[in-house]
Order: sequence, then structure tokens, then C-alpha cells
Amino acid sequence: MTFLFDLLASTFRNATPLVYGTTGETITERSGVLNLGIEGTMYAGAFAGFAVAWQTGDPLLGLLAAVVVGLLAGAVMALLTVTLGANQHVAGLGLTIALVGLSEFSNRLLLSGSQAPRITPMPLWDPLAGFGDIGHVAQQYGLTYVAFLLVVPAAWWLLDRTPIGLSIRAVGEDPEAADAAGIRVARVRYFALMLGSALMAVGGAFLTLAVLGTFTLDIIAGRGWVCVALVIFGRWRIGRGVLGALLFSFVYSLGLRLQIMDGWQGVPPEIMLALPYLAVIAALAISGRNVAYPGAYLKPYRRS
Amino acid sequence: MPDHPASPDPAASVPAAVALRDITKRFGDLVANDGVTFDVRPGEVHALLGENGAGKTTLMRILYGLTMPDRGTIEVRGRPVHIGSPRDAIAAGIGMVTQHFSLVAPMTVAENLALGRVSGARLDREGMRDAVRRVSVAAELPIDPDARIADLSVGQQQRVEVLKALSRDCRVLILDEPTAVLVPQEVDALFTTLRRLVAGGLGVVFISHKLGEVRAISDRVSVLRRGQLVGTAPGDTDERELARMMVGRPTFGVERPPLAGDAGRTVVLHVGAVVADGARGLPALRGIDLEVAAGEVVGVAGVSGNGQTELVEVLAGMRAPTEGRVTVAGRDVTGLGPAGMMAAGVGRIPEDRRASLVMDLPVSLNLILERIDDFRGAAGLDHRRIERHARELIERYQIRATPRDPVRTLSGGNIQKVLLARVLEHDPRVVVVAQPTRGLDVGASEYVRSTLIARARGGAGVLLVSEDLDELLAVADRLVVMYEGRIVGSMATADADVDRLGMLMAGRLRASQAGTAA
Repeated sequence: MTFLFDLLASTFRNATPLVYGTTGETITERSGVLNLGIEGTMYAGAFAGFAVAWQTGDPLLGLLAAVVVGLLAGAVMALLTVTLGANQHVAGLGLTIALVGLSEFSNRLLLSGSQAPRITPMPLWDPLAGFGDIGHVAQQYGLTYVAFLLVVPAAWWLLDRTPIGLSIRAVGEDPEAADAAGIRVARVRYFALMLGSALMAVGGAFLTLAVLGTFTLDIIAGRGWVCVALVIFGRWRIGRGVLGALLFSFVYSLGLRLQIMDGWQGVPPEIMLALPYLAVIAALAISGRNVAYPGAYLKPYRRS
Repeated sequence: MPDHPASPDPAASVPAAVALRDITKRFGDLVANDGVTFDVRPGEVHALLGENGAGKTTLMRILYGLTMPDRGTIEVRGRPVHIGSPRDAIAAGIGMVTQHFSLVAPMTVAENLALGRVSGARLDREGMRDAVRRVSVAAELPIDPDARIADLSVGQQQRVEVLKALSRDCRVLILDEPTAVLVPQEVDALFTTLRRLVAGGLGVVFISHKLGEVRAISDRVSVLRRGQLVGTAPGDTDERELARMMVGRPTFGVERPPLAGDAGRTVVLHVGAVVADGARGLPALRGIDLEVAAGEVVGVAGVSGNGQTELVEVLAGMRAPTEGRVTVAGRDVTGLGPAGMMAAGVGRIPEDRRASLVMDLPVSLNLILERIDDFRGAAGLDHRRIERHARELIERYQIRATPRDPVRTLSGGNIQKVLLARVLEHDPRVVVVAQPTRGLDVGASEYVRSTLIARARGGAGVLLVSEDLDELLAVADRLVVMYEGRIVGSMATADADVDRLGMLMAGRLRASQAGTAA
């Protein structure tokens, strides 16, 4: 039983950055913009969050820095794809490359010394400490609670139940119709990109501020790309995307645990590491057919 | 031709609800609007008449803030205003129903009416429904607030567009070719609605190129030709006079010589009980029976989306039928691909011309695309022969271009002629042609229509799919009507009556011999 509860606890923890990323990417894509800058945005969030926390000694200031970096990254993506109408694939990949490079460069300037700097990670919350093994599952970082209890319901509420959400969905499906209805298409897309990117950056910062307490190169390790796939798996619904993140994380955590268990030592660890990705590919292949993309996906909008 | 000064107006003292003055708009070399002045008063229908490409839509897009004019001013109730976006237009009391509806298809009626007007932290869904009900009752246009746009018929979607404009208290409503997508009965309903709204003080701009409609609904008619205002006339002006203003000559139309005595004896195309799926895997053709004989033009009428596209694709070899048989001149060609169909003698002039030509290649190469192997030389393509071939066809089909012009630089009419030349050069037994004159000017349309008739009388069987009833009545010898993937009626053009055609197209009538069209 301990194994199972540990596995569940680990699933929620590992899913946290994916939940922020997937929620953020869902919001931007619902506005009609594929943001492949997600990988770089998470990376920059991880770095900026750590750097500021280390300099100031306050992880909350680090978190704030990650949010600011995310907003800026979203604004750059919006400038490129909304204002300038650049190809979204190229702009997004370019943004990722730029942000990864910038982060590593700044890392070298600021933090490289004799030994890697560390901060005290954000503490684990343990509200059910007295409940034994089950209580273990609830032993999580504050940002994990925020993700599942605040960000996810709020993002769903935003898209589904608010006027701004209606506008986001409208410009993502049919910007011409939205424009004719008097919606400022560019403004709505800027909003969606900046909000979504801020969430992505927080997802990245979760790794440095909470889990590791330090910044290492390649810390995001493709989690951003996984989020892009999870958005499609979730068919642009917040809830389904989060479900996908949990599924991925479950297989990932299971693989990690099996590697150190008796009887599984013969299986090459590479296979264990590949398992969650294979699971996503399989899930996409099964559920990804006939998906209805947002109507204006990848299309810049220009009035003639 | 004589001038057409603005006619004397009893209502001239009423200030215009909206006026456009001296509007000029260029797109590259094309002058879409050239110093056009136009106004609409409260309580009138002012029609804007003109051929395709005359500049009607551009003028109204300028009024609605979707296009920026190069020159000219806009006045709302006598005061100059700047309209830089649809937001400004809506605020000025202008509503527009564009040709392609501005509705977000996956959303509901209520959501579409609320778009851009709601704010705050919470969507008040019940309030949104109430708003729909209120405007729907006031305008006497019933609609279900919770229906998804994608599930509504085209006529109902248009109703939603009108309600959307009315819900924003518009005083001027622009309708861009509102009848193009409607069957005749729906047109009558629309006109009834418009008359009621106009009686309540609304000003309506009615864009059309159909003379009969314009006369039926308008108080005044302004005619545009090649971007210029030809004149403004009272709504009851004689049709021939309006036609003359519109095209610059008194009559238009094509001659259809009577069928030869032996026509209809040799069947060149036989379609038997063909069933096929559409793009989304849903059944699109549910058992089509059809015959075309040498020498005749058979017209396929119907509101778009009732299987016409799929039928053309099956005949072109682009879509395999799941059941049934297709024979050409007695030979079974069921399931052959495009090359096989072409070899069997089927020539196709598809709906989307631009997708059938390589726009960046020159005319000469586009003319041989379907038979490149015939133009092989010792080393690669024999360019001298290709160019000679192009010169011949350009001459014969009156294409205004040189062999080396990229097709992209040609006008719609000349692009269509390139396609015609390419297809008819094969001497096809069967010509399958869809919407051949859509977007063409009158001169080019006439050329295309008379070429098709001539080709039929020369011994080919022509199947003409069109949404333009007037075109079908002018060109076809026999008409079949498609509705929901079936042929629901068939008649000789000489016996056709528009009311009955409309009922068939709307699916409200099934001919007793439904399905048989021979």
C-alpha cells in the first residue's frame, strides 16, 4: 500500500509543471495561436525564478519574476504572430531557442562559480500528516495545491463562463466573425498569449523553486513539448488536458519506481524512461484522430 | 449611353441615415470604387445593383469598417464620422450581414449574439437567452437561442445574422447578396421580414445582381459598373433599363439552339444507384441515378451542400463510390482514378478553378498539365511544341494572355478559359462542369455558357452543376434537382417552373418518379 500511495503522491508532484504548461497552452491555442515558445518559456521561468530567489533569498519573489518573464515571453510571441503575422511554428521555435540560449547565457554570467548555488526549496505542505500512508498523498508543494485547486478550475471558468473566455474562443474559431462583432481580435490574442505564457513560466519555476532548489541545464527536458501533445490529447479542454498530464505523470513515476524494484532490474532503464512518451504517442494515435482543431488555428488575422 | 441623374425624390427632405461621399478604393491596379456617392434614408430599401466585381461589396465593407477607403467621407445622420473598424460601425448604428456569415459556427445563437457586447466577470447565460428571445419576438423571427450555428440551415443562419444586427439597435442594415444562398420560398420570407422592418423605420442596403429581386424589394436602385456609379433610379424602373445600366447594353443571354432530332438517343454517361461518402465520412450520395446523352446539356440544380460536390468528384475519379456503377459510352469506369476517367473521355471543369491550375506556372504549361507525356521531346519537355500548342489554344478560346504569363496574373474569366481549353482539347465524350461562371463578368460568362452549349451540340454530353438557376434555365436542356444526396426531381427546361424548382430544392416536394432522371 505504501508503494501505491507513494506512487500517487509522486504522480501529482510530477504532473504539476505539466498542468501549468498544458493549461497555459490550452488558453493560447483556444485563441488560435499555437505557442511552441512553451519549452523556452518554461525554461526561462525556471531560470528567472531561481536566479531572483537566490539573489533575494525569497522564493515568492522568484515566483513573481517567473510570472513577469512569462508575460514578456507571451508578449514577444504575440508581437511576432499577432501584430506581425509571422508563421506560428517558426516564431514559436525561434522563441524557444532564444529563451533557452538567453537563460543559459545569463546562468553562466550570474551563477557559475565554484559550485552550483542552491536555495532552500519551497516547503512541502502536509495537511494530513496524522493519517498515515494516505496522508502521504496530500504531502505536496504549495504550487501543486495552487495548480489543482486554483489554476485549473479558474482557467476552466475563464474559458467557459466569462465574457473574456467567450471572446478568446471566438477569435480562435473565427476571427473575422469576432471582428465583425466588435471584438478587438489582436487585443484578445495578446491577453491569451500573455496569460498562458505566465502559467507556463510558473510551471518551469516549480522545478527550480520547489522540487530541486537549484537550476541545472536542460531542466525542462521536453516537458513543454509534452504539454503541446497533451493539449491535443485533451482536445483543447482544460479538464481532459489535466487528465492527460496525470496519466503521463503516472506512467513516468511508475517507471522511475520500477527501475529500483527487485525483479525489474533486467529491463533497460531507457525503456522505463521512454514509457510515458510512448504512452502519450499511443494515446494521441488513439484519441487524436478526427479532432476538431480551433477554426483559426495557425492563421494570423489581417483585415483587408 | 445617356446619363442617369438621380431621379426626383419626394423623400429628399428626409436626412440620410448614412451617406458615403466620393469614396475611392484601389487594390493594386484595380480600382474597386471610383468616386462613389451613395446614401440610404430611414424607412427605405436602397438596392446596390451591379455585376460580380463591380465594387458593391467593397463599398459596403468600407461602410462597415472592414476595408479602409483611400479617399472619401462617411456621414451618419448628416454628421461626418470616422469608421475604422466594425466596432465604430456598430456604434454608429450600422449592421451588416456579409455574404459569408460572420457567425462562429461551433457556438450557440445566444453566444453569437452576445459576442463583443458582454463584459464583467461572469457570462449570464440566462440573460443571453432572454436577449435572443426579446429581439426574436420583436422582429417576429423565431429562433432557438441554444441551437448551435453549425446545426442551422443557411436560411436560419441568415436569420441569426439579421437578429444580431437588430439586437445592437442598428438603424441601417446592409445585406450583401442575401438571396444567393436561399431557395425561392426563403427569399419570399426574407422580403416579408424586410418590408416589416423598413416600415418600422430601418434603412436597408440591399446588394444584388439579380434584377427581379431588386425590383421586387427596393424603393431606389443605384447601379455600379466597374467601380463607378452609373446612376440612381426608382425601384420600379424597367428591368431592361436596369440591365442596360448594369452591363452597358440592353440585353444579355445566350442562344440555345433546339436539340437535334437524334439527340438523347446515345447515352454517353450513365450513373446507376451511386452511393458515396462525403468529406467527413457521412453519406453524401444516397443512390444517384442519372443519364446524359450525346448532344444535350443536363443541369443539376440544388442548394449547395446537397451532394453536388461529391457527385462531381465521383465523376472526376477523385472520390470512389461505395455502391453503384458509372459508365461512360457503355464502358464501366466505376472506381477509376482521375487519369482513368480522363482516358475514358470525361473532362472536368471543377468548382475551384484555382485548385485545378498551378497558379505560378505559365499558361502554356498549365494547358498541357493533364497530358505531359504527349509533349516529351528528346531531352525533357519539348518547349517549342508546348508554346505552339498554347498559341493555338489562346487564339481559339480567346484567352487574353501570352503563353508565358503565369496563370496567377490572369483575370477570373481568362483563368476559366484556360481550363475550358485544356479540358475541351481532349475532345471529351462527357464534360462535367461545376459553377463555371461564378465570379465571372457577363462577357466571360456568356462565352463560357455558349461554348458549353456548342460543345454539346457538337456531340458531347454536358453535365452542368450550378447554383445559379438563371444560368441553368438558359443553358440546360433538362434539369435534375439534388436534395440530400438524392435526385428528387427531373424536368425538361421548357416545362420548368421556378416555384416547383424551389420546392424541390428545399426538399418540400418529391417528384412521383423520384430518383429516375432518364
